[in-house]
Amino acid sequence: MLLNVNNLSVSFGGVHALDLDHFSLRDKELRVIIGPNGAGKSTFLDIICGKTKADKGEITFNGKSIFGKSEVKIAEAGIGRKFQKPSVFPGLTVYDNLLLAAKMKKDIFTSLFFKSTPALEEKIHHVAVKLSLTNVMYKPAGDLSHGQKQWLEIAIVVLQDPTLMLIDEPAAGMSDEETESTGALLLELSKSHSIIVIEHDMKFVEQIANELVTVLVRGKRLMEGTFAEVKNDQRVIDCYLGRTNAQLETL
Amino acid sequence: MKTKNNTLLYILFITFFAILLPAGYLTGFLSVNTISVWGRYFCFAIAALGIDLIWGYTGILSMCQAFFFCLGSYGIAMHLLLKKTVASGATLPDFMAWNKIETLPFFWQPFHSFGWSVALCLLIPAAFAFIIGLVLFRSRIKGVYMAIITQALTLAMWLIFLRNETNLGGTNGLTDFNSILGYPLSSSSVKLALYLVSLAVLCTAYFCCYRITHSKFGKVLQAIRDSESRVSYTAYKVVDYKLAVFVVAALLAAVGGMLYLPQTGIITPGRMDVKASVEMVMWVALGGRGNLKGAVIGALLVNFLYSICTSLFPDSWLFILGFLFVITVLYFDKGFMGLGDTIRQKFSAARLKTSQTH
Repeated sequence: MLLNVNNLSVSFGGVHALDLDHFSLRDKELRVIIGPNGAGKSTFLDIICGKTKADKGEITFNGKSIFGKSEVKIAEAGIGRKFQKPSVFPGLTVYDNLLLAAKMKKDIFTSLFFKSTPALEEKIHHVAVKLSLTNVMYKPAGDLSHGQKQWLEIAIVVLQDPTLMLIDEPAAGMSDEETESTGALLLELSKSHSIIVIEHDMKFVEQIANELVTVLVRGKRLMEGTFAEVKNDQRVIDCYLGRTNAQLETL
Repeated sequence: MKTKNNTLLYILFITFFAILLPAGYLTGFLSVNTISVWGRYFCFAIAALGIDLIWGYTGILSMCQAFFFCLGSYGIAMHLLLKKTVASGATLPDFMAWNKIETLPFFWQPFHSFGWSVALCLLIPAAFAFIIGLVLFRSRIKGVYMAIITQALTLAMWLIFLRNETNLGGTNGLTDFNSILGYPLSSSSVKLALYLVSLAVLCTAYFCCYRITHSKFGKVLQAIRDSESRVSYTAYKVVDYKLAVFVVAALLAAVGGMLYLPQTGIITPGRMDVKASVEMVMWVALGGRGNLKGAVIGALLVNFLYSICTSLFPDSWLFILGFLFVITVLYFDKGFMGLGDTIRQKFSAARLKTSQTH
């Protein structure tokens, strides 16, 4: 197992945001996490990538504990994160955004005397082509459309070349067509990376969930299974419908 | 196009300050004091470059640059004062004798030698910046809190320097020097030489800052300004970068201060009071932050305006500066240097609006 999580819990001001008994991920697995609002999905990813400190529990990644480590240590260990709200560098060009993300030594002196190499240019170009960013390479990232920012952030994560990608709502705010190509991209990436995706759009989940889907409700793991199992599970339907979330209903 | 513009600006700058001004003095059109005044402005511009690096590029509003500037000035002042004291046969500078101090305080000792003085003028501000930065950045203090803490720190240092017990001249500061490295400070050719040295250092500092901001390091700094968390998740150690740029900014301020002292002939704690430290940030704000040329031009222009306004309307300088600052913040976010861009943008936006309504 690449990622192992046991008895993870965190509470904010007395409210249990997350109380996860167990979660594990194989190498090169694409896992989708769904759940109603406030189920603790984003919190879970926040804890893995070091943004939020959990109260207790254990997280091992590649056999080493990453519980309570800093963001940089976790990123260096090989975990990349895409946030729900696109987080890019708006003042820099798209090219610079990608350059900063690319995997290399990242200490001060390397950066100060950095010279680009053809291999690196090739790598950046390759990722930019994959995410249709070539036309906007020298535009400031702040001028991009919402969908393009989402893709730029995915490109940033891809260039970091992490072992595990944490992708939070990649399809939010995208058109149907964009959503579908995002899905295709994630499927392609899953051949060489382990990926955890959080998503609300059930059509999108159906597209990418070839393996397991985990359902979180109120910070707890409700069930885990294939998309078909999850879709037909009475508890899942109840918890979604009980919250008047129409997304599952329409399926 | 852009590089062409840059080259033109550089050529204009160099011709004006390195050829026209000294030529004007040598042919008798300008007094040596005018030369000296511009020499002092260059020192401010050097410090302004540091402020632009830390604030304009990295987004950390540091209000203690005036303190670093003074550390540089005080160091050189101590050296000059000791030289003069020794030359006149005394063992202690005058003000110490008046304060009934019998032996030279230990921290004055190294300032007998010019080499040590220069080294300490750089080392002490760098060490201060390193320690302040380490504490503040590690505890993730940002934005307005950073500004408040550094301002408070400057204020505290100002109070310490004001006291006679500090043995740095108290309110009166250090003054009354006669020579530097054996050359008399009152001579016109020494003043011209100091002016040219300041100009050369300014150009070197500009060149270094240009290289820094155009390297990948500079891009990381801007990335920190835009989204610090994203920088950490991309595996850059943000604290290291902030600390490095804070130390560089402190060094630039100190170098400015070191060159400033022999050209003014006096340093008092007034150079680092609240007003002075805010003013330094204003140079960069008015000139255009995140733009090295803006920092230099802002520092030169604001100080030039200061000297004009204080002779024309002595009482209203602060009102003028305040007015300029408010206008800049409200309408010209990018300062003088971004003036063209801002106006062009406003125009095109207005045109877009009219074409939409028709």
